[in-house]
Amino acid sequence: MDYPLIWSLLIATAVMLYVLLDGSDLGIGILTAFAKSDEERNLMTATIEPVWDGNETWLILGGGGLFAAFPLAYAILMPAFYIPVLLMLAALIFRGVAFEFRHKAVRTTTRHFWNGAFSYGSLFAAFAQGLILGGFIQGVSVDGRSFAGGTFDWLTPFTLLVALSVTGGYVLLGSSWLVLKTEGGLQKWSRAWARRSSLFVALAMAAISLATLSIDPRVTERWGVTMQAIEFGKFLPLAPIPLLAGLLLVALWRDLSILGDKAPDWRPMVLSAALFLTGYLGLGISLFPYLVPFELTIWETAARDNALQLMLVGASIMLPVILAYTIYVYSLFWGKVDPEESYHD
Amino acid sequence: MEFDALILSRLQFAFVVAFHIMFPAFTIGLAAFLAVAEGLWLFTKKEVFKRLYLHWVKIFALAFGIGVVSGVVMSYQFGTNWAVFSDKAGSVIGPLLGYEVLTAFFLEATFLGVMLFGWKRVGPTLHFVATCAVAIGTSISAFWILSANSWMQTPVGFDIDPETGNFFATDWWAVIFNPSFPSRYVHMMLAAFITTAAVVLAAGAYQVIRGRVTEPTRWQIRMASGTLLLLMPLQIWAGHWSGEVAHHYQPAKVAAMEGWWETSDVQGTILFAIPDAENERNIAEIMIPGTSPYLFNTDEPLQGLNAFPEDERPPVFPVFWSFRIMVGAGMIMLFMGGWGVALWAMKRIEKPGLFHWLAVPTGILGFVAVITGWIVAEVGRQPYTVYGFLRTEDSISPVEPAAVATSLIVFMVVYAIIFTAGVIYMARIATRGFDDDPTDPPVREHRAPGSALASVTDKAEEA
Repeated sequence: MDYPLIWSLLIATAVMLYVLLDGSDLGIGILTAFAKSDEERNLMTATIEPVWDGNETWLILGGGGLFAAFPLAYAILMPAFYIPVLLMLAALIFRGVAFEFRHKAVRTTTRHFWNGAFSYGSLFAAFAQGLILGGFIQGVSVDGRSFAGGTFDWLTPFTLLVALSVTGGYVLLGSSWLVLKTEGGLQKWSRAWARRSSLFVALAMAAISLATLSIDPRVTERWGVTMQAIEFGKFLPLAPIPLLAGLLLVALWRDLSILGDKAPDWRPMVLSAALFLTGYLGLGISLFPYLVPFELTIWETAARDNALQLMLVGASIMLPVILAYTIYVYSLFWGKVDPEESYHD
Repeated sequence: MEFDALILSRLQFAFVVAFHIMFPAFTIGLAAFLAVAEGLWLFTKKEVFKRLYLHWVKIFALAFGIGVVSGVVMSYQFGTNWAVFSDKAGSVIGPLLGYEVLTAFFLEATFLGVMLFGWKRVGPTLHFVATCAVAIGTSISAFWILSANSWMQTPVGFDIDPETGNFFATDWWAVIFNPSFPSRYVHMMLAAFITTAAVVLAAGAYQVIRGRVTEPTRWQIRMASGTLLLLMPLQIWAGHWSGEVAHHYQPAKVAAMEGWWETSDVQGTILFAIPDAENERNIAEIMIPGTSPYLFNTDEPLQGLNAFPEDERPPVFPVFWSFRIMVGAGMIMLFMGGWGVALWAMKRIEKPGLFHWLAVPTGILGFVAVITGWIVAEVGRQPYTVYGFLRTEDSISPVEPAAVATSLIVFMVVYAIIFTAGVIYMARIATRGFDDDPTDPPVREHRAPGSALASVTDKAEEA
């Protein structure tokens, strides 16, 4: 069996789940900065309080899984993204503790501080994740078995573009989640934010797609698209992906601005998530089989087969169980958020 | 000392891991305490256990949150700062950490949501199941992380790839249940329970001093004192077991712990000394001679540090003193447990006295013992990351010292902020106590206990 391939798909799935689940949480965190009152802010955080811990665990699985399954990729990518990873961790620390600390602060100034820690923590975590993604797509320099570049190699206009896009994308996910979980004025407000961010995401996705094509000839080669010509034999089989993304964007825009509250509350969330999936898939097609773009493949960076095998036994038992109880907990807290339902005092 | 990337990375790792370990140690114990309290409530229907549960679950939520966010840092730290270690040891310890995420982290994190927010949506039994899931998750997590760390202490069941120099497992069972793992896992779990018991005791004692004695306060002191008295002797045994294993596999570590320089058939127990590594001797030594035959079950001569080349010895001073602080903290906690149980038997728990004044500072001794114990383990493993096979200086990432200095400062500032705030918020809840009348049953029975309204009405009616 091709264990490295299986594990690359599993880790890609874990990262995708992280992006969809905690991406929404981070988006909501960013949106709390614009909340009109503490009540509204509490309502927004209440929609994710029972689940954020579990959602962030997918990030640990992403990091830990990379270490376990592709130690060489982990050993090269982490030093390469030293600063963005540090920024992400520091931001996630503030965001994470602020979930609880906001409710414990007595004085107004400290409450403001933790509210700020929550929204800025979410913002910087989202932005840093975008920087890491951008740096990953543009590739890192490698010498032998280690990172050979400088501390700030990741900092380019391209990574900044990706970071902005990821941040905007998370806001789209977060506001779509709020459309699903809230009612009345807050829901209307969330829909307006979803509308704005969907427009931004449409532009960003187009820009990143074009920019990615010029990153490396191998990407261009795969899609069959250059600035001068399109090679239809290669592009046509892949064309459904950008086409689907376009359709999803249209449907999303229709729900958010034309249908408004006549569209089912769940649909913007599903459409936004599907939009993310198409982007993710496109990215996967561009970069496969590189895990350290464009230097080392999944097979070159994989752990020993017996390590991957041992973990696959655990993953094939545990992942379904984890998914089952995650779905159970989500369904337990299904429906519009109840402002009274909290153990805080 | 030159501040290169190596020393900075070591400082950073020591700092973030020492910070992190306090919270898992506390939450492993507290999760078990909460499971016991909720179980007792379901079983005996006594209001007091529900009140204990609802009180400590708030502190648990805070501590768990800090534990999670500082834990995420750890899962990236190996790569950012110890890239060569990650590459070389990844095929052996990676899967152990992978199993930790798959079998423990998701379980804890997901059911924590039910534990904190699910009172109204699940029945009491299901809620108890959620609490137990969290408690079990914390112990499973400790299982895997101790297994991984113990393999670094006593690596077995592996081979080295001649081409890349990377470790790979030849026998997973031997890797997971490596020689130092069983003793160290038991030692750590007991340490977690003891740490929590010391905190619970301190909070109860403080409430007594402030004259806020209610039924949950009494139970808090009883349960905590009983736990200390019961577990501390076990812990001394587990520590001794762990020491015997270390003596067999890491004699240099034990020599540093004991402060032995010369190899001898019979060694003494040093109570006080200032180890002088440069001149290979102890200054101002106070020793009980001839104790080793009673402590070490061996016919071999007991090696002193001089038996090892200088570049194979761990730093003596921190190992020697951390060991003594850990043991001292343990002894005090044992003594306080015994005292508390004696007061319980004499029905004098609620009468403020010297016991209560001493019990309050005892609350931090569990953490002191955990951190110093880990210093003994980790500094004692030096100069290796994988003992005997991969040196610390050869494990590091190709990062610039300035980058590491930046991250070290960032972590120090961030952790200082969240530690201060977290401790204040936790202490505020812990010391607030149960100053409401415990006997009133909540009137609004259709509200499950713990829901916001129920706790509000509880308070309003009990005030």
